[in-house]
Amino acid sequence: MTDSNTYNYKVVRQFAIMTIVWGVVGMAVGVFIAAQLAWPALNFDLPWLSFGRLRPLHTNAVIFAFGGSALFATSYYVVQRTCHARLCSDKLAAFTFWGWQTVIVSAAITLPLGITSSKEYAELEWPIDILIAVVWVSYAWVFFGTILKRKIKHIYVANWFYGSFIITVAVLHIVNSMALPVSLTKSYSAYAGVQDAMIQWWYGHNAVGFFLTAGFLGMMYYFVPKQANRPVYSYRLSIIHFWALVFTYIWAGPHHLHYTALPDWAQSLGMTMSIVLLAPSWGGMINGMMTLSGAWHKLRSDPILRIMIVSLSFYGMSTFEGPMMAIKTVNALSHYTDWTIGHVHSGALGWVALISLGCLYYMIPRLYGREIYSVKLIEVHFWVSTIGIVLYIASMWVSGIMQGLMWRAANDDGTLTYSFVETVQAMHPFYIIRFLGGAMFLLGTLVMVYNIWKTIAGSKPVIAPIPLPAAAH
Amino acid sequence: MADFTSGFWSWYVAILSIISFIGVLYFTVRVGGKKLPPGEKVESMGHVWDEDLHELNNPAPRWWYLMFLFTTFWAMIYLFLYPGLGSYAGYLGWSQIGQYEEEVQAANEKYGPIFDKFLSSDLESLAKNPEALTVGSRLFSTYCTTCHGSDARGARGFPNLRDKDWLFGGDPENIKTTIMHGRQGVMAAWGALISEKEIHDTAEYIRTLGGLSADPAAIASGQKTFTTFCAVCHGADGKGNIQLGAPNLSDDIWLYGGSSKKIIESITNGRNGVMPPHQDFLGEAKVHILAAYVYSLSN
Repeated sequence: MTDSNTYNYKVVRQFAIMTIVWGVVGMAVGVFIAAQLAWPALNFDLPWLSFGRLRPLHTNAVIFAFGGSALFATSYYVVQRTCHARLCSDKLAAFTFWGWQTVIVSAAITLPLGITSSKEYAELEWPIDILIAVVWVSYAWVFFGTILKRKIKHIYVANWFYGSFIITVAVLHIVNSMALPVSLTKSYSAYAGVQDAMIQWWYGHNAVGFFLTAGFLGMMYYFVPKQANRPVYSYRLSIIHFWALVFTYIWAGPHHLHYTALPDWAQSLGMTMSIVLLAPSWGGMINGMMTLSGAWHKLRSDPILRIMIVSLSFYGMSTFEGPMMAIKTVNALSHYTDWTIGHVHSGALGWVALISLGCLYYMIPRLYGREIYSVKLIEVHFWVSTIGIVLYIASMWVSGIMQGLMWRAANDDGTLTYSFVETVQAMHPFYIIRFLGGAMFLLGTLVMVYNIWKTIAGSKPVIAPIPLPAAAH
Repeated sequence: MADFTSGFWSWYVAILSIISFIGVLYFTVRVGGKKLPPGEKVESMGHVWDEDLHELNNPAPRWWYLMFLFTTFWAMIYLFLYPGLGSYAGYLGWSQIGQYEEEVQAANEKYGPIFDKFLSSDLESLAKNPEALTVGSRLFSTYCTTCHGSDARGARGFPNLRDKDWLFGGDPENIKTTIMHGRQGVMAAWGALISEKEIHDTAEYIRTLGGLSADPAAIASGQKTFTTFCAVCHGADGKGNIQLGAPNLSDDIWLYGGSSKKIIESITNGRNGVMPPHQDFLGEAKVHILAAYVYSLSN
């Protein structure tokens, strides 16, 4: 069998394994900094371990290392299988793997050293930014080059989402990272003042919209129908929610800057587009969930499908919560509080992480030619992690809303009822609950690590032949 | 208009936004509004990927379609009422700065008299007035605790307000002046002018002023340097000077630490303590109450 009539599973396997590795690392750092918030002594008075430096390490590790590797792994798998074509360049695909791992390791070294551009979710300094851009362009080359080789004229819906994610992230990353270097480890943003803030949140919100949403909807559109063995519910719905989602998300960034120096008009446009975004977001959830119609009973017996469907529920919940929080009146209460942290994690743990883990459970046995070691352990993983998510987000809702209400509480003479430190004290028990929730999620992931390890240990990599496209019927 | 560098950008934003909303609406109705004709069954699109992936072509759920229309209309109404379309101010004429100013004005009208009534009392008697002290402690916990601590005992570099040691004077009026106009507690950096040994010896001498143990061999030389350079502000006997905010070095209170190392650091690099002014920020009435409250902490 020659390479050209088999799929390139090697790069998929590499990214799939690193997804799990970086997932554990990123989540462990998250649990550690959650513990630091509850017990500040854990900063150990060491700059490299201080919350301020580890927090960006956590976010970069879970978003770009864990989420990024999951997106690379699944998109390479999906684009090949739905185009019935091998990746257009094995060498370039290998470069994206090693390049991306280099980015991650550089991040893990520079962030604890305090080397940062101080832009949220874009903290990495300019040399790493350039490497990201090069890797990303190569990624686009491999992905779209493979699309061009496709044997089926219609491009499968998952690939629309992956494609939009790849293009938009390139644009966002390059524009937002424009900076003037003053040394190898320090640069200053090309933008000043409120324009810098606006560019940053145009980037930041669309990192959520395209990296953490569109890309993962791509996963959903392939792996949910596959795992459920049911057709996608509605082609029509996928068209409308795809175009509406990619069009509307781009506008929504200003809702991160309500009641700031950002002009009123920009705030209003950001807020109204955030509200409009609710329906396009839910389109994806509906299409995923309704794909199960006629197969609901499978949820009882198939924990992988259950993970995917629960992740879609969290997706629906977060994308309802998001537009609500974008309303100025709600935002006036929620902004700068832990509510935001809870919201992000209902998306990050509930949606992004669960759908990725579900896809890995589907993909890894097929990549290694083995049955999963234990379905029972997938059940355990599902329950431990889900309870962890609920503890996490519920504690942050309570603590965030309490925090917001305490900040604005006033005495009858108009003075504030609580000093800042009193609000911090009141949050302490919820910080502990959040820590426990995060620790449970990590524990669930470790159960998976064991399960996957037992599944693939001693296995031989699968060489998968490319099947002929089925005739249209 | 103020936000735009020219009228062009206002039109650009407004027209682009209107076209976008109309486009979203048109697209939603066109694609999302289709119902399944009665009697017709949902069919597969006929494409097959990866052996068994199909797509059905169900119509979008009606409730979802209506929700999409509702949010889009809601957004358009919002942009009619509020600023959003370029420099169009919105039907309601709302702006965030306007809302802020209105709220501040309303608060001042409602709460102003509560604070103002204390202005006529002198600080000494106010410091014994329980009502004023309650208000004062609330103001203190909002505006002062970040630096001076919730117990008002300060921290390194931030004075303790409960002792009798006052850098700029502890009379009620002095305290009020401090809060109103702020203070700059500047200690010059001597590292470039005095040798390391001289600084070390001076630090040892300063420790003897405060009754701390010191290297006996260094004291005489340290005293000489002290007289030359330090006595101008801190006084020949090291008792400080409240006109300059120069700390008293002969007590056991050390704002930046009393170890040899810390004193050497203070002399070498200088210190720059800043108490920000609060007159414009809080207004005199609140400062008046705060001054009385702070005075009451040690009296």
